[in-house]
Amino acid sequence: MASPQKTGTEVPGGSADVGFPPFKTETFASQLLWLAIFFGLLYWMVSKVFAPRLTDVIEGRAARIARDLDDAAAAKAKAEEAGLAYEKSLADAKARAQGIAQAKRDEVNAAVEARRKALEGDLAAKLAAAEAQIGTTKSRAMANVEGIAAEAAAAIVQRLGGASPSKGDLDAALKAALKA
Amino acid sequence: MASPLDQFQIKPIVSLGRIGNSEIAFTNSSLFMMLVVLAIGVFFMMATAQRSLVPGRLQSFAEMLYEFVANTLKSAAGKEGMQFFPLVFSLFLFVLTANFMGMIPGSFTVTSHIIVTFALAMVVFLTVIAVGFAKHGTHFLGLFVPGGAPALLVPFLVVIEVISFLSRPISLGMRLFANMLAGHIALKVFAGFVVSLGALGIGGILGATLPLGMIVALTALEFLVAFLQAYVFTILTCVYLNDALHPGH
Repeated sequence: MASPQKTGTEVPGGSADVGFPPFKTETFASQLLWLAIFFGLLYWMVSKVFAPRLTDVIEGRAARIARDLDDAAAAKAKAEEAGLAYEKSLADAKARAQGIAQAKRDEVNAAVEARRKALEGDLAAKLAAAEAQIGTTKSRAMANVEGIAAEAAAAIVQRLGGASPSKGDLDAALKAALKA
Repeated sequence: MASPLDQFQIKPIVSLGRIGNSEIAFTNSSLFMMLVVLAIGVFFMMATAQRSLVPGRLQSFAEMLYEFVANTLKSAAGKEGMQFFPLVFSLFLFVLTANFMGMIPGSFTVTSHIIVTFALAMVVFLTVIAVGFAKHGTHFLGLFVPGGAPALLVPFLVVIEVISFLSRPISLGMRLFANMLAGHIALKVFAGFVVSLGALGIGGILGATLPLGMIVALTALEFLVAFLQAYVFTILTCVYLNDALHPGH
């Protein structure tokens, strides 16, 4: 960067103390030399030390923030997953409880029904037996009624007519009367 | 009374010898260049010593400067521009610190000498040319041919583009130099008014309050200019470096 600067300046005054200081060409070489030294030093410090350090810090922070955000998102996803799993197990448990309750209900109902059926059968059998007994008792009674009626009729006829009716007449008459 | 130009006078501190007409010496300009670099070095050494995840004040400020320049560079020259970051950051820090150090009363403003600003501009200019040819070869010359121009106009446009390209280091260096020079001269001139009016007695002292107020306002303006010119120098550097990376229009 040293060469073409001298061309751009026409010097109005030559001596050291008069004239416009920035246009005194005799100071240029010295200024350029020290500028090269100090700006070179600054450039070296910035490029080798300061810029890498700042880049590290700023990019490190950006990376850290990105990583933390990722971690947070992952944790959130995990929490949501756990929530879903919990709800699912809750729903499963509810369904199972309902299933168990239903099964128990069915079982109890079935048992009750069976007992009822058995009881009904028993009762029906007893009823039938009772009815049969009533039937026999009734028919026996009816048979007795016939005998009593025949005896009573024979006695009535004898008392009224004085003669005892024949057994055949009596039976015929009795049958007709009972039929009526 | 001292001339307003005295503040720009270069005075040798330690003479090292002569080359032809030029004296090679450690001058007040050299001293302030050294102080500028020293101040930057000490500040960044302290600011980046910890490199902590949660920055302290100094580190925050250093990171702010870093990101300010990095964002300027990225927006002008894209992500590839970051390879020039050390150069751009050094230029920004050097010009900014030199400008601000020049605002200390009695100090010397390194950037008020055209040879310094022009040399810095030439660093940018030569970097652009070197990187442009190294990366794109002769395609880099496409920079001078605006796309979509009528064939008849191309020779004229190429001449204009070449001239505008060559005038870049001059305008870049001149802008910074002229701004710093003019601001400091204006401050000195108004300060001179205060002194000369104050010597005229009671009426003069009352009259001197006017230029004194001007100095206060100008000082504030000069602080703004000191930052703004460093920023302008930096952003133009970024724009020129963009041409080296992407010469197509």
